[in-house]
Amino acid sequence: MAYYLGIDVGSTTVKACLMDDAGKILYSSYVRHFSRVRECVLQELDKIRPLAASFHVCITGSAGLGIAQRGKIPFVQEVQAAFGAIRRLYPDTDVAVELGGEDAKIIFVTGGTEQRMNGSCAGGTGAFIDQMATLLDLTVEEMDALSLKAERVYPIASRCGVFAKSDIQPLLNQGVNKADIAASIFQAVVDQTVSGLAQGRRIKGKVLFLGGPLFFLKGLRLAFKRTLGLDDEHAVFPDTAPCFMSIGAAIYAAEEKEESIEELVSRLSVLPETESIAVGEPLFADHAEYDAFVARHMRSDLAFENVLTYRGDAYLGIDSGSTTTKLMLITPDCKILYSHYQTNNGQPLDIVVQKLQEIYSLIGNRIVIRGDCVTGYGEDMMKAALKIDFGVVETMAHFKAALHFNPDVDFIIDIGGQDIKCFKVKNRAIDSIMLNEVCSSGCGSFIQTFAKAMGMEIEEFSRLGLFAKHPVELGSRCTVFMNSSVKQAQKEGASVEDISAGLSSSIVKNAIYKVIRARTPEELGEHIVVQGGTFLNDAVLRSFEKETGKEVVRPAIAGLMGAFGAALYAKENTPAEKLISTIVTEPELRAFSYTSRSITCKGCTSHCSVNILTFADGRRFISGNKCERGAGLPVRRDLPDIYNFKYEKLLSLPKTVEQPRVTVGLPVQLVMFEQLPLWVTFFETCGFSVVLSDRSSRELYFRGQHTVASDTACYPAKLMHGHIESLLDKHVDFIFYPCESYNIDEHDSVNHYNCPVVAYYPELLKANNERLNADNFIMPYLDPNSEKTTVRALHRALARWKLPSSLIRRAWRAGLDAYASFHADVVQEGRRILAEAEREGRQVIVLAGRPYHADPEINHGIGKLLNSLGIAVLSEDAVYEEGDLVKVNVLNQWTYHARLYRAAEFVTHRKNVNLVQLVSFGCGIDAITTDEVRAILESRGKLYTQIKIDEINNLGVVKIRLRSLLAAIEELGRKA
Amino acid sequence: MKEQTPAPVADFTNKYPVFTPEMKATHTILIPDMLPWHFDLLVHVMEKEGYRVEVLHNEGRAVIDEGLKHVHNDTCYPALCVIGQYLDALKSGKYDPDRTAVLITQSGGGCRASNYIPLIRKAMAAEFPQVPVLSLNFSGLEKGNSLHLSVGNFVRLAYAIFYGDLIMTCFNQTKPYEKEEGSTARVRKQCVEAMKKALDGGQYKHLKKCARYILDAFAAVPVTGEKKIKVGIVGEIYVKYSPLGNSHLEDFLLSEGCEPVVPALMDFILYCVINNVNDEKLYGKGKKTAWLFTIVYKWLYGRQKKLISCMKKTRYEPLHDFEHLRRCADKVINQGVKMGEGWLIPAEMAALAETGTENIVCAQPFGCLPNHIAGKGAVRAVKQLHADVNIVPVDYDPSATRVNQENRIKLMLATARERMHAEH
Repeated sequence: MAYYLGIDVGSTTVKACLMDDAGKILYSSYVRHFSRVRECVLQELDKIRPLAASFHVCITGSAGLGIAQRGKIPFVQEVQAAFGAIRRLYPDTDVAVELGGEDAKIIFVTGGTEQRMNGSCAGGTGAFIDQMATLLDLTVEEMDALSLKAERVYPIASRCGVFAKSDIQPLLNQGVNKADIAASIFQAVVDQTVSGLAQGRRIKGKVLFLGGPLFFLKGLRLAFKRTLGLDDEHAVFPDTAPCFMSIGAAIYAAEEKEESIEELVSRLSVLPETESIAVGEPLFADHAEYDAFVARHMRSDLAFENVLTYRGDAYLGIDSGSTTTKLMLITPDCKILYSHYQTNNGQPLDIVVQKLQEIYSLIGNRIVIRGDCVTGYGEDMMKAALKIDFGVVETMAHFKAALHFNPDVDFIIDIGGQDIKCFKVKNRAIDSIMLNEVCSSGCGSFIQTFAKAMGMEIEEFSRLGLFAKHPVELGSRCTVFMNSSVKQAQKEGASVEDISAGLSSSIVKNAIYKVIRARTPEELGEHIVVQGGTFLNDAVLRSFEKETGKEVVRPAIAGLMGAFGAALYAKENTPAEKLISTIVTEPELRAFSYTSRSITCKGCTSHCSVNILTFADGRRFISGNKCERGAGLPVRRDLPDIYNFKYEKLLSLPKTVEQPRVTVGLPVQLVMFEQLPLWVTFFETCGFSVVLSDRSSRELYFRGQHTVASDTACYPAKLMHGHIESLLDKHVDFIFYPCESYNIDEHDSVNHYNCPVVAYYPELLKANNERLNADNFIMPYLDPNSEKTTVRALHRALARWKLPSSLIRRAWRAGLDAYASFHADVVQEGRRILAEAEREGRQVIVLAGRPYHADPEINHGIGKLLNSLGIAVLSEDAVYEEGDLVKVNVLNQWTYHARLYRAAEFVTHRKNVNLVQLVSFGCGIDAITTDEVRAILESRGKLYTQIKIDEINNLGVVKIRLRSLLAAIEELGRKA
Repeated sequence: MKEQTPAPVADFTNKYPVFTPEMKATHTILIPDMLPWHFDLLVHVMEKEGYRVEVLHNEGRAVIDEGLKHVHNDTCYPALCVIGQYLDALKSGKYDPDRTAVLITQSGGGCRASNYIPLIRKAMAAEFPQVPVLSLNFSGLEKGNSLHLSVGNFVRLAYAIFYGDLIMTCFNQTKPYEKEEGSTARVRKQCVEAMKKALDGGQYKHLKKCARYILDAFAAVPVTGEKKIKVGIVGEIYVKYSPLGNSHLEDFLLSEGCEPVVPALMDFILYCVINNVNDEKLYGKGKKTAWLFTIVYKWLYGRQKKLISCMKKTRYEPLHDFEHLRRCADKVINQGVKMGEGWLIPAEMAALAETGTENIVCAQPFGCLPNHIAGKGAVRAVKQLHADVNIVPVDYDPSATRVNQENRIKLMLATARERMHAEH
């Protein structure tokens, strides 16, 4: 009898399957390999030895490739293996979906065979679920069980783990039910698979679900069935799902020659050395160097005071971060009485309440809390719940703390669990602030999660890295990429030591080159203070010093700097006559309790998901809202917000017609956004009735998500798919959406291109939306600067309606007039806002992005947020003409982008006006403009702030960024 | 339209060194490793013009690390590779920074690749402020800081590209089947040397003669005649050709027992030229220069046709006929999509599919803007025309792991092998 052995070596597990001639499975297994691939495979072979002495063998799986090559064992690609097994075991399957540790795959069996894998930026399916479970402080099994009890599902960005995390963190901090979050996580995985992989091809018929996660997680199965609308008959979850690929490999093994188990074992045991992995220098040459390093850093420490004997005043600082909570109680001369550092694990308020009780019991009647202050994501909630005296934006808190350690400090870098913050300091005031963007967030906590996965405490794990001989290079784009690099390195034999050191260096490089964007160490300044929990890790600290070539100050309380700074702030700002803080007293605290409930605010079209905390004494705290309306407060006099002005004015353009004639649909995004006045007027003059696409919303995005071809395109582009669907559902006679290589020439740049995405998106829509055809989708190529060719092109494109050229010409001219007059209105409104703000002494911010950023689903109501901070809002298109023409270092050749430079120039002339640049995730051109806009502003002493926007709707980060800017402006003003 | 009152001009530019005519004698010009198949010949032409030129071949983590330091995370991978290669080379001590300049090509289109020059200048300003950055472009950008070639040498350059294309194509069609390891590589070397000599004298203008020389030389390599899977490579121009950019994709395909099919560089040149003609047709733009582009186009296309007719007489699958490529494009996408590699990508996919190369790697830098539309975005449209075509888009990025990229290509190959099996 012949035997067939299939071994599937995935990114996290090894699966083996032994079959006989009749296709009967004699042995199958599913074990985690913890990156010790070879040992694990050898152990499996040991178990198989009693069953078969020789067999035909074949390996499959992403991690099996290396071992197969080096051990000269036949290999089959895993999707192919699955396909083989499907045809043998489930021949009536229409589609198969397989989720693994890192990759997601889909196989269309019928109706044109097709096999697909996820793109590089959407990696980490199983690993993503593991990560999310860690974030919720649950095991994967617990998370699965909880998900079945969910009552509602929140939209969570499904692009990748990093993005999802930034959606989940605020939910957690708001106190949203974990069951709901668990279900939302599974839904995100489903959405990613359906939209990212299927890309327009419907998953229907009999669907086979494969891979570990889909076998073990009931919640995930349910989400798939529900989303795809499958009944039990059409959704097949085979018992063999976890080891399905290994069965496939066994089937393919039949084509290979037979060999004895001993032969195989001996080849595997002496596997040749791996191909070299890129390595860096060791962190320390020897122990002596390390000891000197430790001694040097010991010098930066605070003194302690015994909380049990001290008598007198004290100040309390609380730092309620996104992942951790920190508290510190100090004496007026800055000695530490008490400090605490803890991971949130859910509700941060509970932790603070508990710790406050502890503090009260420690201080007795000897110590009086004169003042207190809270900072961080949870600032507003804590302040309201516990009646804390002050709140301060965390950047200011960190700055204050750093100043205490080195009054000459000119550069501060803070690496926390989630965020990286950097400040340049001039004259004891913040000169510029750099914060990481979503993509590079979570680096700090990544080390922790990783250490946990290796079964180690973070301290132990980082200590291992200190004396690593060959730290591996792991790349720095984001934690998803890093995770996959780590696994790759492990499979190639890198030791835990080398990986630990490699991770430290990755984080540091990410901070220096990606967040700070420093080209040389000199740019960082002379007196550097480093802080944040991640810097407590000596390997990270050392990597930083090595990479910059500078000796830096790391306070021993690096992880508590926010809390320390907050305490300092309380100390500095508590008036001399105020003898005791307003914070909840000990008896009040004992009676303290609250309930949490989340609702959808119906105050306006934003439909914010808000969370309401009701305290025992009847007070309420509302979070998640973007404006006062959501907080149940009376709406303040609406401050001027030109974003809102533009959007509402645009949408009210088309005339309502009682009996519409031929209807033309215009999708309100990208190039059509700003040109809407032009095209509405053009078509109405030609005698058509104009219908606009629905208002943008996340739901609208989901409606079109299945036709998105490239998930790394910008959100405005991806939202366009929803706009098109909405027009199709309105049954317009045709949709009009032109391709424009060139935008309108505004005579202030070398050329006047659109970006490639704005220019040609109609092509992508036509190619990927099966409902579009030449009849219902008209997309002529136009250059709006050339009347002759535009009229000709429109005449051809609209030939069906036999419009005379003269009418088209007249309509085109009327359109251009309407466009110009709309623009004039925007400029005038801008002037009015400026004048009013100047009269009232109000700060103004120019939110500079693209015209289509005025869509509230794109900007997520940042205008409203600014208004709530007392700021008037302008846009780049309202002010750029008031700025001088500019000569810049880069090739200035895009119409929309040229406006940014002039708007920045304009801002530098105005005292009360600042600029915040809005950048869409994935905008490659803004990679060029951002550095240039920053240079323009900074060369004239203005602060630069950038906000990256995407589908994720986490305004917490944005708020901190804006408040930091305002605080820094205020400080600068005070100094001047 | 708005009124055109001349506003005052605020100058935010930084000073940068200019490549003066005297430097021609003193400076070595470094070129990134973009076109391994063509640079041997192109460099030879530049040297004829009196420039001292050296192609860089440095690789590895140090190159990527230098790039990461100086290039924004969201800028494309080619910029990162090119800048990394320059800086790594300058830091190696092999070149005197006071006597070195760097050269980059510039297309001047609406893609951000036109901005490589300022990005390189910024990087140089930080580390080697004395090194001038030269542009090689045909759109009148960077006047006073471009590589100057005489008309005669421009013509030479064109022929050099044709011969480079031919050598590349013949090599790829011979190498996988050679009986004796290394025999094809020897012929390649021999052909390159012969063409250099031809470029020195006047023989390079005898296109048919030169082509026949190359074709005969490769045809003389003993081959096995087995059937192998053909894999086309299309995509962004840098990662399509540069081994540094695409992690040695051609070598990988060869090691997998495939025949790499790499479309000609001249197609990209013709694409750039014809776009100017199209712009005139579509928008009435550049009326004054369109006739010149038409002449250049006709001249180049005429040569390409000659080359193809030479190839048709041999066992080699000829280069794509550019007019045919344009017809292929018309079925999938409008020729108005002219940024980056634009309509050329789907055109090449379709043309490859027609000529029996049904497996295609679409190589693109991570987050490449034109590729959203013309690469990934056009795959579905190409598939509707050619149901059997098997296209895999692969992202190249400093942080993407090679296993991840290769695994996707392997999936494509597995499907291809199965199909080949079924056909027998």
